[in-house]
Amino acid sequence: MHKTTLAACAALVLAACATTPGKKPESAGPAAKPYSYIEDPYPSTYQRIPSAPVLLAGATVLDGTGKRLESADVLMLDGKIVAVGAKLEVPADAVRVDARGKWVTPGIIDVHSHLGVYPSPAASAHSDGNEMTSPVTAQVWAEHSIWPQDPGFAAALAGGITSLQILPGSANLIGGRGVTLKNVYSTTYQGMKFPGAPWGLKMACGENPKRVYGSRGGPSTRMGNIAGFRAAFADAAEYMKKRKGGQDSGKDGGGKRDLKMDSLAGAINGDIRVHNHCYRADEMAIMLDLAKEFGFKISAFHHGVEAYKIADRLGAEGVCGALWADWWGFKMESFDGIQENLLMVDRAPGGCAIVHSDSGEGIQRLNQEAAKVMANGRRIGIDTTPEHAIRWLTINAAKSMGIEKMTGSLEPGKMADVVVWNGNPFSSYARAEQVYIDGTRLYDRNDPKLQPRSDFMLGQDLMQGEAK
Amino acid sequence: MKRPSMKQLAAAGALCLISAGALAQDLLIRNATVHTATAQGTLQGADVLVRNGRIAAIGRGLDGGNAPVLDAKGKPLTPALFAGINDIGAEEVSGESATVDSHLALGSGSKDMQVRPEFDVTTAYNPESVLIPVARVEGFGWTLLTATSTSGGSFIGGQGAPVRFDGSLDPFGPKVLFISLGADGANLTGGSRAGQWMILDQLVDEVRGRIAPDSQFALLTPAGRTTLAKYFGGGGRVAVGVHRASDIRRVLRWAKARNVRIALVGASEGWKVADEIAAAKVPVFVDTLANLPADFDQIGATLENAARMNQAGVDVGFAMGSDGSHYARKMRQLAGNAVSYGMPWEAALAGLTRVPAQAFGVGDQIGGIAVGRRADLALWSGDPLDVAQTASQLWLDGRAVPMKSRQTELRDRYLHRAESALPPAYSR
Repeated sequence: MHKTTLAACAALVLAACATTPGKKPESAGPAAKPYSYIEDPYPSTYQRIPSAPVLLAGATVLDGTGKRLESADVLMLDGKIVAVGAKLEVPADAVRVDARGKWVTPGIIDVHSHLGVYPSPAASAHSDGNEMTSPVTAQVWAEHSIWPQDPGFAAALAGGITSLQILPGSANLIGGRGVTLKNVYSTTYQGMKFPGAPWGLKMACGENPKRVYGSRGGPSTRMGNIAGFRAAFADAAEYMKKRKGGQDSGKDGGGKRDLKMDSLAGAINGDIRVHNHCYRADEMAIMLDLAKEFGFKISAFHHGVEAYKIADRLGAEGVCGALWADWWGFKMESFDGIQENLLMVDRAPGGCAIVHSDSGEGIQRLNQEAAKVMANGRRIGIDTTPEHAIRWLTINAAKSMGIEKMTGSLEPGKMADVVVWNGNPFSSYARAEQVYIDGTRLYDRNDPKLQPRSDFMLGQDLMQGEAK
Repeated sequence: MKRPSMKQLAAAGALCLISAGALAQDLLIRNATVHTATAQGTLQGADVLVRNGRIAAIGRGLDGGNAPVLDAKGKPLTPALFAGINDIGAEEVSGESATVDSHLALGSGSKDMQVRPEFDVTTAYNPESVLIPVARVEGFGWTLLTATSTSGGSFIGGQGAPVRFDGSLDPFGPKVLFISLGADGANLTGGSRAGQWMILDQLVDEVRGRIAPDSQFALLTPAGRTTLAKYFGGGGRVAVGVHRASDIRRVLRWAKARNVRIALVGASEGWKVADEIAAAKVPVFVDTLANLPADFDQIGATLENAARMNQAGVDVGFAMGSDGSHYARKMRQLAGNAVSYGMPWEAALAGLTRVPAQAFGVGDQIGGIAVGRRADLALWSGDPLDVAQTASQLWLDGRAVPMKSRQTELRDRYLHRAESALPPAYSR
């Protein structure tokens, strides 16, 4: 009975709030402050950097919606895509970029990064990605761990990354909230925070939580993992009930505020996207049932090296697979990895395949990861066009993160997040030549002034050439 | 279920390709773009004739007699590639310690370092590892097994050797000694990299008899003394893992003074001292994707490392910085990206073929397409350094290797699962 009530209640809530982005705090005084599970006391201060209008002229354009245009122009104005096509009306002050022979794509989006929370160099003092003090730490926010000076942001930018989600690690069953950033250096993380992007909630199945907590009070088994998830969401359901039947009313509810429960309630309401680290097919199936039991939706399974075994179900349930091209064998739950995993998720009816990195190296070349998948497909007679494959690292990632209305494709009105490549991006030899974020060129391979460096890298090479 | 041996598999694959009755190790590959990885460079539209598992002739319009013929249709043919410096066959699942034999930690839990250079990881090598077919279907034919340093062990990891993926139990080239210097090894030498030089000198003293075997300062067993005596006398290659420019300079100096033949592995800051490395004629194995300042030894890491060292005249090969066993196939991506950042294509191919073969003492057998060498060859769908292409066939000693792995079996089982009402477990 308990279960039925909850699910019905949650379904209502889901329908009501499914696409609400992060809300700004209301301006009322602290005493009368309205209450919300997704109130943001650490709001984005990101502001796009002004730029003249830009016309990329004569390129091969993969627009992220599945279309490929030859000899096409892309016009950006006031931070937005204005038009993609031929014979565009161009403002007089537009900067014209000769993009003949180049390929233009939406900015690359990585749904799974630990830049800033596990930065380079890997100093023990900066190892801030896993709050390994309890198996459920839904109350922690990855954004509060981000070191904005991670040199990895610059490297990712050179690989075309314009937006990325920073997640907590996978030591915990529920590791906390992830945050989406624009890949623009700032002194504070708030200055990078993607305005209006929902938070993610990081959950982890399998070996990691039971390994970390096996000798510290549990869980020490997979059944313990599932019991841990269920207990947490049962608590959240009760918490929501106390607060007016689970409605996130924006008004003050009764009882003490619980930051951990806020995150879980936000996930049940659909305002916080659930990103679930899960490798094995059978465990993903358990998690899909568990999500139904407690009335939340899993946005994407991350890593999912066995997603190919249940690709049809993932497609049917509208759950994305955020995957590597070919990682395998580093632990038992990754032993069945194959190079066609992403391809098989993609081919299933309703399938949503995403190339993700989980790596400071991989994030620099998600295009090459996609190229590997395409090549392995060709080997078995399955061809993927570039205009389709680009979706794996742009719009599909954006969908899973809840930012697809703002970025992820080159459509009029969207953020002008754009990459100009030296050729077909799906190759070892592909290089991003220019990267635009909100219509402003913030990386240029041929202009050292547009190759950002973090504070950390300054002055490291002053003795260069003097060493004897 | 009984698994067929590698040799049975290889034979089965060869039979698929050629007519029954012919010698499996005879073959004429016609009309290939032959990247010889030798001074011959690339030969367009060339034939390669294989006799008894060896390359018998290279040229146009060769007469293969009754050897089976394969038309390469102009596709690239290269030597079977070098899979890197890793533990293929000495680890199965990285996270399961019972399946990992790549390092020795006799001193686990003790504060005293155990120095056991006689540790030989090749005696753990399993030629039936599932990692081997996974590497082979990507065009890789051999690897350098490495003994890695670990806590409870020593910054001298022990010995490895080149192994070919032909099912052989034993290595096919000379042993290599592995040493880890810099921050990676410092936790094994009292917390300071200076301890590494101190202990290396102490070991030299011990090998040369200046520290008696029964001295309380002796660190080695008799077998360890014999082993080190060989390498310290220039009698074998020592692969030194090191990144920081200053450490590289010191190890070059040390090797010269002690007459030790070294290779550098890692060398993220090698470009800073490329001229010195070139002058010392020391080969270097780099991870070209390691451009982040991953630790304080690699602040100067750059994507142009390989290109700059090659430009300075260094013999540059490739090796992955981590996870090099399961992802050995990523070695091609390392080479391709080196090209993307300025390394000549032919030099990058050499980094996957000639350079490692010569550095590790097997250059007379493999690493180039030349008459008399083993017919260890790979045919490609296109540019072998581009991740957009794949291997279409691998030959070892002229025998076609089955292009199957545990991964392709899993792929085929689930790709075709809708074709049967029975659960996937019933498909073969």
